[in-house]
Amino acid sequence: MTGYILRRVLQAIPVFLGTTFLIYFMVFAMPGDPILALFPGRSPDPAVVAQLRAQYHLDQPFIVQYFIYLGGILQGNFGLTFSGEAINDVLARTFPVTARLAGLALTFLAISGILVGLVSGLRKGKLFDATSLAVSLLLISLPIFVIAFVAQFVFGIQLGWARTTVGSGAPTADLILPAVVLASASFAQIMRLTRASVIETAGLDFVRTAYSKGLSRGRVIPVHILRNSLIPVVTYLGTDFGTLLVGATITEGIFNVPGVGNTLFQAIKRGEGPTVVSFVTVMVLLYLVVNLLVDLLYGLLDPRIRYVK
Amino acid sequence: MSSNSPTGPSAGPGADGRSATHFVASLDETPLVETDTVQVSERPSNLWIDAWRDLRVRPMFWISAALIVLVIIVALMPWLFTQTPPNNDCHLSNSNAGPAAGHPLGFTKQGCDIYSRIINGTSTSVSVGFIVIVLTTLLGVVFGAFAGFYGGWVDSILSRLGDIFFSIPYILAAVVIMSVLSQYRSVWSISLAIGVFAWPQTARVLRSEILRVKNADYVMASSALGLSRFKILLKHVLPNSIAPVIVITTISLAAAIVAEASLSFLGVGLGSDIMSWGNDINNAQNDLRTNPQTLILPSIALSLTVFAFISLGEVARDALDPKARALR
Repeated sequence: MTGYILRRVLQAIPVFLGTTFLIYFMVFAMPGDPILALFPGRSPDPAVVAQLRAQYHLDQPFIVQYFIYLGGILQGNFGLTFSGEAINDVLARTFPVTARLAGLALTFLAISGILVGLVSGLRKGKLFDATSLAVSLLLISLPIFVIAFVAQFVFGIQLGWARTTVGSGAPTADLILPAVVLASASFAQIMRLTRASVIETAGLDFVRTAYSKGLSRGRVIPVHILRNSLIPVVTYLGTDFGTLLVGATITEGIFNVPGVGNTLFQAIKRGEGPTVVSFVTVMVLLYLVVNLLVDLLYGLLDPRIRYVK
Repeated sequence: MSSNSPTGPSAGPGADGRSATHFVASLDETPLVETDTVQVSERPSNLWIDAWRDLRVRPMFWISAALIVLVIIVALMPWLFTQTPPNNDCHLSNSNAGPAAGHPLGFTKQGCDIYSRIINGTSTSVSVGFIVIVLTTLLGVVFGAFAGFYGGWVDSILSRLGDIFFSIPYILAAVVIMSVLSQYRSVWSISLAIGVFAWPQTARVLRSEILRVKNADYVMASSALGLSRFKILLKHVLPNSIAPVIVITTISLAAAIVAEASLSFLGVGLGSDIMSWGNDINNAQNDLRTNPQTLILPSIALSLTVFAFISLGEVARDALDPKARALR
């Protein structure tokens, strides 16, 4: 296992260098003055421009600039927001809210997606299966901001069950509706993956053996079928973390949740380029770390993975 | 097991199995007789014919195909559907007004005709979708084919490069690119911003399919006959591994349409001079409480279009992938 962990961590290093280089390249090798381009449609204060030039070391050659930026990231320094607040301070303030929202969303997702997928897979071809497949196709077709607005309109405005915008301090009760919206964006994939995995596992020999030695359905389904079906679902959660990040940005923006996503959302809306770049960098790094952890978890859950190559 | 396979005709030799037309052992000697039998009268069959036979009886295929044809006609010839200009016939006196004669869906906040804006916004979504898939397919097929077919260090370099692009969620990457390209907002720049980061998925799908196909006997046979490696790739390996690429491309098209709408909704997509459902949804979001139709109607148009392409991709996957068929 130690060798596997070491190999995975080493493999992550070039990807980390590559992604940070790409983000930096996107911003600073584009046509036109990169600083002016960050202020669409207005001419910034010369003092601000001079300060940004110094902050991004634009007088140095490109590759030197990149290494200075990389050094900053490695020291946990992501720069300043437009209003001069350190990105780290903003993260410290907003991250707990986003973590609560994401935690709720993942809980809803795990319960609904895995449960519906399990029942669908066990009752393949029946009415429940057909209905949940149809619902999942519908949910895949709805962009997350459409789901968010429909939820806001139906549950917030028409029925009055939830508040359309989250109050100060983001009480958990207010986060339920945004979390359901966030979960619904990934529900279809999780449910289908669970279903496919359950159908495959339920047909394997060891399940038949379990039944034929007299075990009840109540034991075979959770212990033999479900547990072995969950491995691909867990790994999918890593890939899907990107959807979750983008989804959180849009959902937090629409419901005005005071989290990391909303900060990025507001910065995009106001055209505050440097803040956008910093937050995207933070999110991409988070995505890399989560995927590394999921890979390690995969190795832990399925010993076969550790010995490949 | 072969019950829904069209190549398993029950009309084999008779029960006695001693028909002189077959050069195989009789049925009571081996149960393999049915698969050994060649029905000369049977029509030739391959993956694509099988897939078509499967598709044409599925209502979902016809529903999504009809929707796509409709969307493409609207995109190419919006004037067939409305004569009202989407931008130049707006009167603030009509602000948020309900349906009126000649304006079946009512008006936006600026007093523009919603129906006309939806019709005229179609071509934007469809253009972005198609430009993005041309880009992702070109990049994805080149990267995936070379990585999968040549293997070794070519594979290592190309796959790691793909990993890097794959590690930045493409909407976030497009947000950064479009923030920088704020002076150059057009259908082309937004398609570029989405496509440049969306191709690794196509490359991965093609690469794993090629790994499966490249050791097939017919590939070795062509190699033995002296065909060059590159020609084998083009003539034998690619045509036999392209099916999953078609599926992922159809679904990517839908994803690209969603991405454009999301970027426009975030305000870093297309300029306000370009008709876009995402822009209209963005402009209407503050009126959700008072005038939900200004937001819901373009959302429905967007979702229906996305639905059409995704469900086409899914029925195509069911038809082309025997493993997906087994899950049905």
